[in-house]
Amino acid sequence: MNYQIIVCGGLAPDPLQTLEPVFDTVNPSLRNELMLPFVFDPWAAHALYEAGHLAKQRPGTTVRVVSLAPKAKLQQVMMTVAQKLPFELVALDGPGGGFTDARAVAAALAEAIASMPDLDRARLLLFGGWESATRGAGAVMQRVAERLGIREQFLAVDELSVAEDGSLLIKERIEGGRHQISRCAGPPAMLAWATGSLPEPPNHPQTGMANMRVILPALQKAKTVTLAQTAEYLRAALPAAVRQTRVVKDVPAAEIARELAEWIRQ
Amino acid sequence: MSASTTAPRREHLPALPGDDVRQVLWRFADRYDLQMLVQSVRAVARGPVARLVAQGGRHTHDWTPEKHALLKEFDAAGITAAYLEPEEGGFLEGPKNLALALIAFELAWVDAGAATCSLATHLGLAPIHERGTPEQRRHYMSLAAPAPGREPKRAAFALTEPIPYVGVETGLLGGKVRIAEWPEGGEPILEVSKRGRFITNMAFANFVTAAVDSADPRIKGSCMVILEEDDPGIFDRGTPTRKLVHQLSATNDPVFQLRVPASRIVGGYTVQDGVIVPNYDHSAIIEAVFRRTRVTVGLMTSAKLLSAIEPLIRYHRDRFRGAEAVPPGSPRYELGLQQKEDVTHRLIDIWAAGEASASLGFAAARLFDELDPVEREKDRMLAEQGVRGPLAAHKAMRKRQHEAIEFIEMQGHNQALRNEERYQQLAADPVIRYLVLDAQANVLCPATKLWNTGHGSVMMREAVSLMGGYGITEDCPGFLGYKWMDSQLEATYEGPEAVQRRQLSVTMTNEVFLAQFRNWIHEMRQIASVEPGTGACTLASAMHLWLWTLEHLQHARDAQGQKLYQTSRHGVTFPMADALCWLLASRCQILDVENLRREGPGRIQQGFEGTVQFLTDLCHVQAARAAGEVARICSEIVYGYLRHPSWDDSPQCSTCFEEVELRQIESVVPGASGFTSEVYREDGAHDTKAGPCVRAPGLNDFARLRAKLDGCLAGALLAKDRAAESVQKVMIPAALDYPQ
Ligand SMILES: Cc1cc2nc3c(=O)[nH]c(=O)nc-3n(C[C@H](O)[C@H](O)[C@H](O)COP(=O)(O)OP(=O)(O)OC[C@H]3O[C@@H](n4cnc5c(N)ncnc54)[C@H](O)[C@@H]3O)c2cc1C
Repeated sequence: MNYQIIVCGGLAPDPLQTLEPVFDTVNPSLRNELMLPFVFDPWAAHALYEAGHLAKQRPGTTVRVVSLAPKAKLQQVMMTVAQKLPFELVALDGPGGGFTDARAVAAALAEAIASMPDLDRARLLLFGGWESATRGAGAVMQRVAERLGIREQFLAVDELSVAEDGSLLIKERIEGGRHQISRCAGPPAMLAWATGSLPEPPNHPQTGMANMRVILPALQKAKTVTLAQTAEYLRAALPAAVRQTRVVKDVPAAEIARELAEWIRQ
Repeated sequence: MSASTTAPRREHLPALPGDDVRQVLWRFADRYDLQMLVQSVRAVARGPVARLVAQGGRHTHDWTPEKHALLKEFDAAGITAAYLEPEEGGFLEGPKNLALALIAFELAWVDAGAATCSLATHLGLAPIHERGTPEQRRHYMSLAAPAPGREPKRAAFALTEPIPYVGVETGLLGGKVRIAEWPEGGEPILEVSKRGRFITNMAFANFVTAAVDSADPRIKGSCMVILEEDDPGIFDRGTPTRKLVHQLSATNDPVFQLRVPASRIVGGYTVQDGVIVPNYDHSAIIEAVFRRTRVTVGLMTSAKLLSAIEPLIRYHRDRFRGAEAVPPGSPRYELGLQQKEDVTHRLIDIWAAGEASASLGFAAARLFDELDPVEREKDRMLAEQGVRGPLAAHKAMRKRQHEAIEFIEMQGHNQALRNEERYQQLAADPVIRYLVLDAQANVLCPATKLWNTGHGSVMMREAVSLMGGYGITEDCPGFLGYKWMDSQLEATYEGPEAVQRRQLSVTMTNEVFLAQFRNWIHEMRQIASVEPGTGACTLASAMHLWLWTLEHLQHARDAQGQKLYQTSRHGVTFPMADALCWLLASRCQILDVENLRREGPGRIQQGFEGTVQFLTDLCHVQAARAAGEVARICSEIVYGYLRHPSWDDSPQCSTCFEEVELRQIESVVPGASGFTSEVYREDGAHDTKAGPCVRAPGLNDFARLRAKLDGCLAGALLAKDRAAESVQKVMIPAALDYPQ
């Protein structure tokens, strides 16, 4: 069996940037938000890598990314993301970031998915992050699934495998550092991913250039979306904790844990 | 009055210019292939390369497994294949100069040795790429392509030889080629002996393109040959060079004594009267290769200057945070060392130089992208006309030079006033287009190599000093100390500064170039009339002064009656070459910012005004600095070769007034003494100075231009003040995006 995987993913400011909330009761934002470099939301990125992995194993599977973000930013981010694996893009040009309303975002995404002419629910796997790195509400994917009438919903997924009979074995994170394994008869299903277990695929400009042939037209015809703002903000501030940033990549988890423990002990 | 002097309230730079701004400035906003390449290379640079540097990978000149592992990263990220055509295993269509320039820029942002390592493979292939036969190109370029399950074959370029042979003087070849065997009716087998010095990639290269001279009457002149590691004979990689810089590249002194078929002569050969005549001598190949690869080297130093900005701002701002006596919110806490004007002003100098050098380098890279197809088209046309061989081609081109100048002059005219039909006819002619672009490229390439690396290394030192003691430690954020040291190699390899100056001193006097230069003066004045804040007017005046000086020098003589502008007179020609570089860099910077002003609004989502205004101020700062350099250099040369008049020179002294006499005149006509020349006292003695002040009536025009230029500096330091204020306010990321 092959699948139609749709990955919902937004953008987040590069985490190394200075993130300074600019308070406004109706439209709070980050200082110079649109000047900051952005990345594909890390949670959604895990979902995307898992989608690519599954697509490789299941020939005929298509991967499509639905993204609601400022179009120009999305285009910049695609210069990296599109190099990771083959996919198509459905772009929605609208506000991103942490201050948009989960309900409105979910409505826009669901509408875009529902209006795909070739949508095949019998093969549909709806992927996304279990929360976004910006809003962190952990509510969008369930709402999208509900609007699309997908009742099989899995949250904080770390692993998906397909059994011989075509059923899906899904490992979800639950409390206490444990996993729950569920068997789902088959699509349609929604999987909101935690980290999964795949590393970030390396950049491959050749893949990117092949992707851009369909991504660019998609960006050009991105539908403009305005989100109804229902929330009122009383306060927007950085966490009071002092932010100490150190850039490390590929340091073993044990090493990081040791360092953190030492820091806490101090 | 200039906008810089009226200083209306302007917006500040909100955040450091991001990719969107750079893409417009350096004109690849519509090149998605290049934007992806940039992201891909950046991930390698700020990931594995930076980690290796941070872990001390640079502490040895040996080629370690860790360093070797970077090659695989380059392969995976598309860096190795970027030079290749799609049919050879590459992925970029069309000319690749800008692509290679961007690769060098991104890698050198973190470590220029890594950039050298990646580019040396391209350098080794370049002789084959530029001048190889179709078979050589197909074979070796495809071998160099990474493919699944197979490591690509890697190349090295061996020109430099142990002393006393090839260095700056590339003609002094010690490497030799002889005929070992020439079977009847078969292909000759060559015996090649070559020792190399400082050959990059030699620790692992699978094949080498080597420059050798004939030591056999049956081979004519010099050539380049391709040597493979498993050719019969000695392929000794030699000892590693004990270098202090670019440690992420491999450098060795190899020895080759190999037998190879004559088909390895780069570009092929013909047999004439029993003599092998290579189609290209080594100089012709080297020229074709270096004129492209030198641009990328220049951009390495630019990347370092621009990469220094963020760590410097962070260091300065955070300098006093945490001290008990410095409470949060106090100016000292918020601004740290940025409270000190000198700190922000010097940073602006570094930044402006970085922008100008990047603009110059990328302009040169784009120019070669434009030139490459035109050159092929020109070659095709000449071949159709039966013009064969480099000499005949040169002659044919010279004949058309006046038409190229005619075309350039028409470009400078108002469209309504020129003969449009003739103009279009010339514009469509590949030979004319080639002559125009080639004249520019012959100047822009050495200018990039010379100025970006030479002045760049001076500014890198400035960056190191702004980081205080940290600057010269391994812990310096952004590896600034390493970058400073490394920049000296960029100034040296692929032709040290003397070579670039020598080339410029010839190419900058080409009338086809000078005709364009005249148009550029006009172009700067036009920009200045709309955007005076760019400093374009200052630059135009400096360009005018330089041009006047160059023309003057063509016929001027020194005090001994010797011609001033001649090849061997480096004291004249070399500084003039330096001066030109300042002008070109500043011009490119202004053109880039003007492009941003035009194209940016639709593409830059936020902070456009502040960004453009800040970059405009940097242009002004740089233009003023360039003007100052040019004025200094020109004045020194114009006056420096005149003999200083002395009190003993009777003709001069005969015009001196006696002091008493002057007092009497002054009593009748107050102020008249101000118009007199020198004075001698009652005892016959003169003022204590070298002699009468110099008066050179023939140089009045120069003096006028110089005085005008000095006045043009108005507003430049106001621009610097504004830019410095922006530096205090600009938002920077919380941490550098690569380890230290
Ligand atoms: C790390 C490293 C990597 C390198 N990689 C390669 C490589 O891959 N392949 C390769 O072939 N070479 C390579 N080189 C060699 C490099 O290109 C040469 O060192 C360089 O061209 C200068 O030659 P030289 O050292 O013999 O200097 P010299 O020729 O001795 O010149 C020394 C100085 O004398 C002055 N000078 C000399 N001649 C003149 C002149 N005619 N007019 C005015 N001034 C003059 C200049 O100031 C010059 O800088 C590398 C060098 C290094 C250090």
